Amino acid sequence: MNRILQLTMTAAMATGLMAQGAAAEDMRIAVVAKALGIGFFEAAAKGAEEAAEELGEVEIIYTGPTDTTAEGQIEVINSLIAQRVDAIAISANDTDALVPTLKKAMQRGITVVSWDSGVAEDGRMAHLNPSSNELIGNMIIKLAADELPDGGQVGLLSATTTSTNQNIWIEEMMKVMGDYPGIEVVGTVYGDDLADKSYREAQGLMQSHPDLDAIIAPTSVGIVAAAQAVVDAGKVGEVNVTGLGLPSEMAGAIESGASKSFAIWNPIDLGYSATMMAYHLAKGEVEAAPGAEIPIGRMGTVTLDETNSAPMADPFVYDESNIDEFKSIF
Amino acid sequence: MSSIATNTGRKIPDQLTSPASRALRSWESLLLLVAVFIFILNSFASPYFLDPWNLSDATFNFTEKAMIAFAMALLIIAGEIDLSVAAIIALASTAMGIVMQAGFGTPVIVLTGLATGLLCGAFNGLMVTRLGLPSIVVTIGTMSLFRGISFIILGDGAFRGYPDSFAVFGQGYAFWVITVEFVIFALLAVIYAVILHRTNFGRAVFAIGNNPTAALFSGIRVARVKMILFLLTGLMSGLAAVCLTSRLGSTRSSIASGMELEVVTMVVLGGVNILGGTGTIGGVVIAAFVMGLVTFGLGLLNVPGIVMSIFIGLLLIGVIALPRLWSRLRGA
Repeated sequence: MNRILQLTMTAAMATGLMAQGAAAEDMRIAVVAKALGIGFFEAAAKGAEEAAEELGEVEIIYTGPTDTTAEGQIEVINSLIAQRVDAIAISANDTDALVPTLKKAMQRGITVVSWDSGVAEDGRMAHLNPSSNELIGNMIIKLAADELPDGGQVGLLSATTTSTNQNIWIEEMMKVMGDYPGIEVVGTVYGDDLADKSYREAQGLMQSHPDLDAIIAPTSVGIVAAAQAVVDAGKVGEVNVTGLGLPSEMAGAIESGASKSFAIWNPIDLGYSATMMAYHLAKGEVEAAPGAEIPIGRMGTVTLDETNSAPMADPFVYDESNIDEFKSIF
Repeated sequence: MSSIATNTGRKIPDQLTSPASRALRSWESLLLLVAVFIFILNSFASPYFLDPWNLSDATFNFTEKAMIAFAMALLIIAGEIDLSVAAIIALASTAMGIVMQAGFGTPVIVLTGLATGLLCGAFNGLMVTRLGLPSIVVTIGTMSLFRGISFIILGDGAFRGYPDSFAVFGQGYAFWVITVEFVIFALLAVIYAVILHRTNFGRAVFAIGNNPTAALFSGIRVARVKMILFLLTGLMSGLAAVCLTSRLGSTRSSIASGMELEVVTMVVLGGVNILGGTGTIGGVVIAAFVMGLVTFGLGLLNVPGIVMSIFIGLLLIGVIALPRLWSRLRGA
């Protein structure tokens, strides 16, 4: 009998301990991560809490599966539907597989928005992109140009020749080159998102253009490799590396001075904005339709496009002033 | 009980008459008690638990896994294992996506899923019965093979656009809150219980698990029985692929990843001896409910998934350790 008691006690503890009352009148917004235990999403949850505090009478349920699987997220969504939460803001592990379950959630009156990694249009009311191609294209050249007030030569280190994202960003960048007089793009090389190839291509870029002032790498692999190549060539201070990178991987390059600044989305802002968006939609203050303007607190207002998605803001700039704060997050 | 006390230490192969098996049989009632207890606890812990629609949603947490677990139980009782079941789902789902894209309707899609499962099962079975390879090695290999093929075909893409009529398997309701998947689960439970506990075939499965050599000399066609079990496991994986694909409405090569371990967990939690020879379908059914209730109940309280895994892990270790502790305590 002892064993039975012991086993049931474990069961009791596991379920019983977690029981907690929630003020029923609060609006409950579930923020669903791709998986728990990932710095990026923990930071987004922090942003969601910030939004909840600002709004008042909002309870954030931050949850997600153990692995980044669609099946795991579906189990999580089912339990959120069962709890009759008011809104679900999700970063999806699968664009399509979540659609049937999220449709069910919407049928039962739950507001569904996706953020970061989107859900197909049928499965959500609105989607919040961290940024837009136009904003990214502009940001990467702006970061290089800001350090070159008298103009100069910049080289591009991209991923592969067929990388859709990078190609679009570079294309968008080229469109706004007129806004940055004196800046000349002298060449584009491809590191295939491999650390060693990116490193060699960055070296080559510096050798073939001795007067190079900046390398723009709109890829998190390339930017780190380029920074390393600049350090190894002893060109810190001469060639500035910038583009898109992760704070955790770029902290060294900022410290060494190989990179003055770089950009990427800010997960805290993203969680904050997604929560704001879900709140205003759930309140019924705005209807999710093309052209709708949704206020997202301190981040301003977003306008939904024809697919009901919207970009949040410019990519967030990281430099020596804030790198320490973010390098441990993602 | 004295048999343990006087046991000189030699392992008795036929566990049907050992005290451990009696402990196992009582384990089933113990498990049922746990299930009832978790159910009651959940209804107190969350006001949302006792809602019929919510409980209906909760059944999705285990129905597909349980379909495979029934066949897996027979396979494990016979002393073999199939770790490729989740990969079979991926391959079967990919095959279904291909015929769907070719313009075929629901019946062909379903048949393709089942046939792919059957073929994969046949491959596993042939490797084990004809070449005499250990099933754990073979199926670890095919686990990568089957999912690898699926990955080559799909890459990071997906098949979507299954016909509306196909959605009935994973999203349909038979009547009121009872889902189609749950009906399939219940029917299979009965069928497998009859096969295992009421037929000569079932007796043969137990006999093989207890002592394959003795079974062979008793006139049981061991290889044939094992082959059938691998085919059944493949077929059930194909069926689970149909249900899961229908529920997700799309196919990706990562579909069902990691599910094989949950299936094996369900089987072992149900009191099936991982070394073969003993086990019941009833135990697996209860284990399915326990796992479903625990994950759903904890989910309702927004307990992180990792805590659920810890809980399931503890339950599992409990199940394996309990009969041993039991007989040791009795023997002492």
